[in-house]
Amino acid sequence: MNTTPLIEFRNITKRFGSHTVLENVNLQIYEGQVTTIIGLSGSGKSVLLKHIIGLLHPDEGTILFRGKPLNEMNKSEISSSLHQISYMFQGNALFDSLMVYDNIALPLMETTNLKKAEINRRVMARVEQTELTDAIHRYPSELSGGMQKRAALARALITDPQIVLFDEPTTGQDPVRKNAILSMIAQYQRKFNFTAIMVSHEIPDVYFISNRILALYDKSIVFQGTPEELGNFKHPFTDEVINSLEGLQKELTGLYSRRKFKVLNHAQLRRGQSDENYCVAVFTLSDIDAVNAVLGHDTAQEIIHAMGLYIDKHFGAIGGFSTRNKANEFVTVLPYSDMAEAEKIMNEFVEDFHERGISDIWAEAQKRAPSDKCVDFAIRAGIAEGQPVAEIDAIVISAKSQQKEIGRLRCAAKE
Amino acid sequence: MAENGNSRQSPEGNGKCRPEMFLVQPFSFIGEKVIGWINVLGTATIFLVMALWKTFRPKQFPKVIAQIYYIGASSTTIIILVGLFTGMVLGLQSYHALSQFGAVGGLGALVSLSLIRELGPVLTAIMITARAGSAITAEVGIQRISEQIDALHTMHVDPFRYLISPRITAAIISFPLLTAVFDFVGIIGGYISGVMLLGLNAGVYSHSINANVDMKDLTDGFIKAIVFAIIVATVCCYQGYFVHMRTDSHGAKAVGLATTSAVVTSCVLVLVSDYVVTSMLLI
Repeated sequence: MNTTPLIEFRNITKRFGSHTVLENVNLQIYEGQVTTIIGLSGSGKSVLLKHIIGLLHPDEGTILFRGKPLNEMNKSEISSSLHQISYMFQGNALFDSLMVYDNIALPLMETTNLKKAEINRRVMARVEQTELTDAIHRYPSELSGGMQKRAALARALITDPQIVLFDEPTTGQDPVRKNAILSMIAQYQRKFNFTAIMVSHEIPDVYFISNRILALYDKSIVFQGTPEELGNFKHPFTDEVINSLEGLQKELTGLYSRRKFKVLNHAQLRRGQSDENYCVAVFTLSDIDAVNAVLGHDTAQEIIHAMGLYIDKHFGAIGGFSTRNKANEFVTVLPYSDMAEAEKIMNEFVEDFHERGISDIWAEAQKRAPSDKCVDFAIRAGIAEGQPVAEIDAIVISAKSQQKEIGRLRCAAKE
Repeated sequence: MAENGNSRQSPEGNGKCRPEMFLVQPFSFIGEKVIGWINVLGTATIFLVMALWKTFRPKQFPKVIAQIYYIGASSTTIIILVGLFTGMVLGLQSYHALSQFGAVGGLGALVSLSLIRELGPVLTAIMITARAGSAITAEVGIQRISEQIDALHTMHVDPFRYLISPRITAAIISFPLLTAVFDFVGIIGGYISGVMLLGLNAGVYSHSINANVDMKDLTDGFIKAIVFAIIVATVCCYQGYFVHMRTDSHGAKAVGLATTSAVVTSCVLVLVSDYVVTSMLLI
C-alpha cells in the first residue's frame, strides 16, 4: 500500500507510573478500511485507541494524522482532525439520565447550530437504521445490552464522522448478537464509507468484516496485515493469543473454526492414499444485505446460525466437516468422495433442502428473532473436486464458480 | 516515599531507625501535605474560573435554568421547614433570655439580625450542601467513572461547559434567593413563637425589626450567600469531576467517599469563610 496512512503511530510509548503499557508502537491505519486491533485482555488495546481520539497522550513518540504529526499542528488543526473522529465505548457510556433520543441527539444539539426539526430528522433516520424506534423514549437502563450497543452506535454515527473507533463493541453479547453487531458495523462502514478502527476479542468473527488486522502483543504491534496473512503468521502471538481466543468450534454456528478445519483437512489428506480424492462444497446465503436491511441484523445472524447447523447436521452424519468461510459462506469437505459421489450426496441434500431445509431455517430464525417482515433470500451451492496437492482455497474458488441456487425462501409462500 | 521507607533502615539492616529521620520526617510530612493543599487550591481556583468563564457561552441558559430548578426550587420546601423552626426556636430562647433583663421589645431585632446576618446564609448553605451538593458530587462522579465525561470529550462537547458551569452559576443565583426565603420564613417563625405563643405585642415585634435592620445587613447576608454558593458548588463539582484521581479508593466506593468528603469540606469551609467574611464586612 503506497498511500499515506490516515493515522500513523511512530514509536509510541505510554506509561502509567512505572507500568509501561505501550512500548515503541508503530502502526498504520488506512482510510476507508475496517482495521481491527486484536490482543489479550489488559494488553493495552483500549489505551492505544484512546490515543487516537486524544483522551490519552503518549509519553514518547509521534502520532501522525494524514501524514502530519499532531504535535506540529496548531490548536485548530488538532481540533478539526479530532472532529472527524467518533468513539463507541466498551461500556457504551450512554447518559443514563437522558432518554435514548436525547443521547443520540446530544452531539448535534451541543456542537451544531442546526434547527430542532433538522436534528429530529437526523436522529430519527439513525434510530430507524439501528432499529431503535420503539426505544427512543426509554432510558438506557431500560434497554437490553444489544439495544444499548445500538444506541451507542447511533450516537457515534450521528455526526457523520469520517473515522469511528469501536472499543470492544460486542462485549457481553451472545454469539448471534455479537455477529449481528459486527455485521451492522460492516454494513454501515460500507454504506457511510467511514474508516472503522475496532478493538475486539472476537476471533475469528472479526476476520469476516476486517480489511486489516493489527496484533498487539507484549506492549507493541507484532503484526499488521490482512486476516489471510495472519493465518500464515508464525509468532508466539499466534500460539498464545489467537489459539486461546479462537475456539475449536465457532460460537455462532457450532462449526469448526477455519484453523481447525484446515488441520482436519490436512489430517484427512495425510491419512488417504495419494490417488484418493475429496470434494468441497461451498454454500452461500445470497442477498445478505437485503436480509439485514429488511429483517435486521439479529434475524440475519439467526438465519446464518440455523444454516450452519443444518449443513453440519446433514454432512456431519456422513463424515463431512464444515467451517464458516465468510460472513455468509460455508465450506464443507466431503472426504473420500469423487465428483460422482459428491454430486449424489449433494442432490440428496438439495432434495431435502427443498422439502424442509429452507422452511426449517426460517422457522429457527423466527423462534429467536421474531419478525413480522419477510424478504426473499436464496441459498446457492457449488461443488468441486479436490486434489491432495491442491490448496483448499483454490478448490473453494473453483466450487464457488460452480454455484447455483438450491433453495429460495419466497415470502408469498410463507404468508 | 519508598526511598524514605528504605532510608529508615540502618546500613547494616538491623531495623534500627536513624535518629535524624525523626527530625526530618515531621517536616517532610507537613511539607508534603501543604504542597498537596496548595495544588488542590490552585486546581480548584482554575476549575472555578473556567466554569464561570464558560457560563457566557451559547446554549447555556436552558442548562442553568434546569440547575436552578434542581438546586434552588427543589430545595425550597426544606429551606422553609428549617427556616421556620430556626426562627421559632430563636424567638423562644431569645424571649426568655430578654425577659430577664426586661428587654423583650428587642426580640424582633435579635431574631431578624441573627437570621439575616448569620443563620440565614449559613444554615441555607449547609442545607443545600446536604440536599443538592451531595447529589451533584454523586452525579458528576458517576458520570466520570462510567466514562460519560470521556464520552463528552469524544463528542467534542466541553464537559466544563456542559456539566460544571451550569451548576456553579445556578448555585450562585439560587443561594441568595433561598437565603432570602430562609430569612423571611425565620422572621415569621420568631413572630409565631414570640407574638402568637408568648404574647409579645405584634407592633413591638415589627417595629423592632423596622428600626434595627438596615440595607447593609441584607447586602452583607447576600454577599455571604454568594461566597458560600461559590464554595459549595466548586467543592461538590470538583470532588465529583476528579473522583477518578482519588488514591484511596476506586469506582463506586470512590464516589461514596467523594460525596462524604464534598459535604464535610463544604460545611467546614462555609463556617470558616463565614468568620473571615464577617470580619471583613465589619471592618
